[in-house]
Amino acid sequence: MEPVMQLRGITKNYFIGSPNEIHVLRGIDLFVEEGEFVAVVGASGSGKSTLMNIIGALDRPTTGEYTLDGIDVIRAKDAELSRIRNQKIGFVFQTYNLIPKTNALKNVEMPMLYGGVSGHTRLVRARQLLELVGMGDRMKHLPEELSGGQKQRVAIARAMANNPSIILADEPTGALDSETGRLVMDIFHKLHDEQGKTIILITHSPELAEETQRVITIKDGQITGIRKGKGKENDAL
Amino acid sequence: MMLFENIRLAFSSLVANKMRALLTMLGIIIGIASVIAIMTVGNSVTGNITESMESLGVNNVMVSLQQKNEEKESREDGVVFGSQPRSENLTEEDLITTDMIREFVNRYPDKIKCISAQSTLGDGQALDGNLYANASLLGVSLGYFVANDLDIIAGRYFSEREFDEGDMVIIVSDKLVNNMFKGDAEAAVGKTLQFNVEGKFYHPTIVGVYEHEDSPYMISMTSEKDIRTDAYLPLRTVMNEKHITRFGGFTVVTATGTDPDELAGITKQFFNVYYRNNRNYEISAFSMATMVSMMSTMMGTVTTALSVIAGIALLVGGIGVMNIMLVSITERTREIGTRKALGAPNGSIRTQFIVESIVICVVGGIIGIIIGVSAGMALAKYLGTPAKPDISSILLSIGFSSAIGVFFGYYPANKAAKMDPIEALRYE
Ligand SMILES: Nc1ncnc2c1ncn2[C@@H]1O[C@H](COP(=O)(O)OP(=O)(O)OP(=O)(O)O)[C@@H](O)[C@H]1O
Ligand SMILES: [Mg+2]
Repeated sequence: MEPVMQLRGITKNYFIGSPNEIHVLRGIDLFVEEGEFVAVVGASGSGKSTLMNIIGALDRPTTGEYTLDGIDVIRAKDAELSRIRNQKIGFVFQTYNLIPKTNALKNVEMPMLYGGVSGHTRLVRARQLLELVGMGDRMKHLPEELSGGQKQRVAIARAMANNPSIILADEPTGALDSETGRLVMDIFHKLHDEQGKTIILITHSPELAEETQRVITIKDGQITGIRKGKGKENDAL
Repeated sequence: MMLFENIRLAFSSLVANKMRALLTMLGIIIGIASVIAIMTVGNSVTGNITESMESLGVNNVMVSLQQKNEEKESREDGVVFGSQPRSENLTEEDLITTDMIREFVNRYPDKIKCISAQSTLGDGQALDGNLYANASLLGVSLGYFVANDLDIIAGRYFSEREFDEGDMVIIVSDKLVNNMFKGDAEAAVGKTLQFNVEGKFYHPTIVGVYEHEDSPYMISMTSEKDIRTDAYLPLRTVMNEKHITRFGGFTVVTATGTDPDELAGITKQFFNVYYRNNRNYEISAFSMATMVSMMSTMMGTVTTALSVIAGIALLVGGIGVMNIMLVSITERTREIGTRKALGAPNGSIRTQFIVESIVICVVGGIIGIIIGVSAGMALAKYLGTPAKPDISSILLSIGFSSAIGVFFGYYPANKAAKMDPIEALRYE
């Protein structure tokens, strides 16, 4: 089967044409299979987030080719990119990025709202997802009233709203203590194992990276290493 | 569905920032409130003046002395507002004589129904033991009751003999009868009353009682008992009493079948023959109909001018809304980035902020309408004119505030819609 993501020669430059032009990504080739759980590691400033944003159709590379689920992302119009983000991709951020003054339920409903899902279906599905991440008892809480771990679980439920096949998580445990991080990580494993989601996880934690199937190391905007992870079973031993 | 969600969102962001929202709305509130208040008062005053002028008689032609305009820049219709005869220059010689009026009536008997002239004797009090009633004593001509449309409810009008002889007879109001005769108008007729007018005593005999109507422009601070009503004597009686033979003005009631405007022209021409050599004064004459339409035009101009000022307040309010929307969008940059990451198309971001701007403006508009209507009604009540809120201007205000919302919300909303998702997400 074709890899769901195919990136070829992706580069990203800033301040293009000026004397201090910087090359954040210097030719990334990456294939990700459907249902894969991949970790991306590397030093701060190496370009992990930049790559993730390109994968998530939030940003456009300076040069290169990118096919997502058969769609030529490079040549897609903005409106189509919005639709891809809405339907195929679920983002989880380090800083949670819940919509302020909007309760957990409404936050989870948000992507469905943009996806044109009807009110009742939205509500039912948002409830289910919050139950799934163990936030069933906090549905009416505002983000301001939740702890970091709770916010991140709501954010994961939100990422799952339109049942996307891909989840992109940029340091989702970065702001959490190791115990809470563990809890969040378990949810990713569950989504991967039980629902077959393709997950790309950026992390600074070597242990968490090891739990995935493949670990990709980035240095100065280039992939310097790809190796198999140990998988979760090994960790449990 | 999306729209409802946007409105809900807009309200929750209003509620979350109550103080700021209120300050933002202030311009709109003040603008709309002033427009509505002006419209309410303007309409009711105009309507009322017009109505009561018309009730005075559209067939009346008002004749009065008017200072000659040296610069000759009098208006087309010959009426100059605000140039009342200055009394320090006005001499007995300048006034209209009874002979002139008599001559005038004799010249155009077919066109004139009657002449209404008046002369004030003074304010006084009817006294009878403990009983008293305040009255303004006024000498009136034969045509006065016709011109002013007054109803006799008991007794009769003055006879021609009483006019010619200058008899001490009087027609009093029903209010005076209430005070002096326990409201029995029939019993009052034929009685002689003692009046103290500025220290002089008069003893006229009551021949009739008329029905007093409250003037809508008199803010009556006095109690019912102390109310001052007109009491009428024959004009000759008063003129004899004051030793005068001349007038500053009078009213001509046009005969049926004659155009009041035409008669006004004739009147002016006729009397100005006498005033050709007068250095300071001439005669002006205009029909009530002309006066009503001039009044309406003038009120309309005032209302429009005030509305323009209120419109400027609205404009300033709109700019305030735009400003606050820009601030709000900057503050919510990360939220906008997040929404885009979740798949919000640019259009729906734009809609969200335009709706928010409309909600601010319409809520402000509604508050403004409530304040404006209340203020307008209160003011109109104070002015003594019954006010009705103008539905069309209320609807217009709501429409106008939405328009302001769209107009001043579009630029910020578009700015939000066009934000780069990555830059928005990275925004600190
Ligand atoms: N808008 C921008 N303009 C200029 N430089 C940028 C911009 N965005 C990112 N960069 C640069 O790109 C480089 C890579 O940034 P990126 O956020 O991808 O790093 P990262 O690997 O995610 O780091 P971290 O682990 O700290 O999150 C950094 O050096 C950063 O300064
Ligand atoms: Mg990063």
